[in-house]
Amino acid sequence: MLARLIGVLGDFDLAEDALQDALVSAASAWSLRGVPDNPAGWLVTTARRKAIDRLRSAAASDRRQRDWRELSIAWDTGDGSEPIADDRLRLIFTCCHPALTLEAQVALTLRSLGGLSTEEVAKAFLVSETALAQRIVRAKRKIREAGIAYRIPPPGELPDRLAAVLAVLYLIFNAGYLSASGAELVRVDLCDEALRLVGVVVDLLPHEPEPLSLAAMMHFQDSRREARVDADGIPITLEEQDRSRWDATKVAAGLALLTRAQETGRVGPYLLKASISAVHVGAPRPDLTDWATIVDLYDRLLEWEPTAVVRLNRAVAVAMADSPAAGLELVDDPGLAAELAGYHLYQATRADLLRRSGRIDEAAVAYRLARGKTGNIAEQRFIDRRLEALATAAS
Amino acid sequence: MRYMLIIHNDETHPLPGGPGWDELMTDYAEFSKQLASYGRPFTGDPLMGPDTATTVRVRNGETLTVDGPFAETKEWMSGYYLIDCDDLDQALRAAAMVPSARFGSVEVRPVAEM
Repeated sequence: MLARLIGVLGDFDLAEDALQDALVSAASAWSLRGVPDNPAGWLVTTARRKAIDRLRSAAASDRRQRDWRELSIAWDTGDGSEPIADDRLRLIFTCCHPALTLEAQVALTLRSLGGLSTEEVAKAFLVSETALAQRIVRAKRKIREAGIAYRIPPPGELPDRLAAVLAVLYLIFNAGYLSASGAELVRVDLCDEALRLVGVVVDLLPHEPEPLSLAAMMHFQDSRREARVDADGIPITLEEQDRSRWDATKVAAGLALLTRAQETGRVGPYLLKASISAVHVGAPRPDLTDWATIVDLYDRLLEWEPTAVVRLNRAVAVAMADSPAAGLELVDDPGLAAELAGYHLYQATRADLLRRSGRIDEAAVAYRLARGKTGNIAEQRFIDRRLEALATAAS
Repeated sequence: MRYMLIIHNDETHPLPGGPGWDELMTDYAEFSKQLASYGRPFTGDPLMGPDTATTVRVRNGETLTVDGPFAETKEWMSGYYLIDCDDLDQALRAAAMVPSARFGSVEVRPVAEM
């Protein structure tokens, strides 16, 4: 309802205030005359009236008068049943506007469209509730004062703006999926919230391949929720996971989403990433994974995202398709090494390939480097186990 | 809404008469034509370099005049446009069309209407 009001009024704070006013009115009106047939509609209509009152009283300034005129126009065209879907989509695009910082985009999206409290969002992103609230206040002020429009971007801008929305949703998902600290419950909540929101975007833009692909990818990842850590919370690699513990329903849902994305006949980075996930999901045993296809998909992904991390992942696929030495050669590329030296997964990947190549001493050095670069206790313990195994193998 | 596009350049920007200058001027003429074609009021000017700047402060009724810009930085304000737009997106599109955006940066700021 708040999303609908923000869409109609074009102002976060005004919408919140007006809804508050409407709820106060409802408390007295409904106790006198009973709950109306359409309470939500009643609240929206009342909130709009309250918003007009608020704007009228503030109409001293030109800005507000202009807002009031625009609002009157919006009001005249609506019959109380404006398309709610469009309001939500406008809101998502506004919350994920590139003129806002990524942190602000995430916070605004979760607070305006999500079901989490400020406290829960703050906990999940390891910031204080005050800091988060300030971030949201600042972002709302910028939206209002810098004139960020509440609208679905025109077709020419849609791909870029949609990419920004999907990046925020994937960030929310991964914050839940990868988070090392914070309450377990909030972690899962973030994943569910991201899945729900990407579902909203899919419903609103059903013919766009990228939201469908991101939704597919999240389903694949989420299907491994139970299998990806052991009883002590230490991560289990994809290769070593018990595949019977993958959630078959989520896998099937992901595959259905990916098929829909492929049927659009258009390609994008999320479609390629989801396709890579689908290859893993389709392998009943790790040694049956079609690594050659994965290497091909990474080659195509590099055309969209020529980043060091994608190159690193491609190197792993080459190591599996060809040989650890071939992968290691790519990993040791000086440009890649320079760019990713501080990234613990780079060192861990290198260590793993050295181990597979039988270069035990060098592998141990690389594992220790990786250990020093992660603050995640579960990952540190995972590396400790690898180091113990190496020591046993060496003796 | 009115927005100011504040153009900041650094030493990579073409200099009058130097390489790339004529092409840049053609692009600016084209950009001005395009702005005019929208039929909305706009204005804009380039500024002389920071070495021509003089900074004035008044403290306790006394005027202090200093040679140079208000801050020595690697980028300096080199020009501006003042344009009228529906929303920030329009202003951002216009900013991306400013030819100097290829070298320096263009800061987009809404005008505080008093």
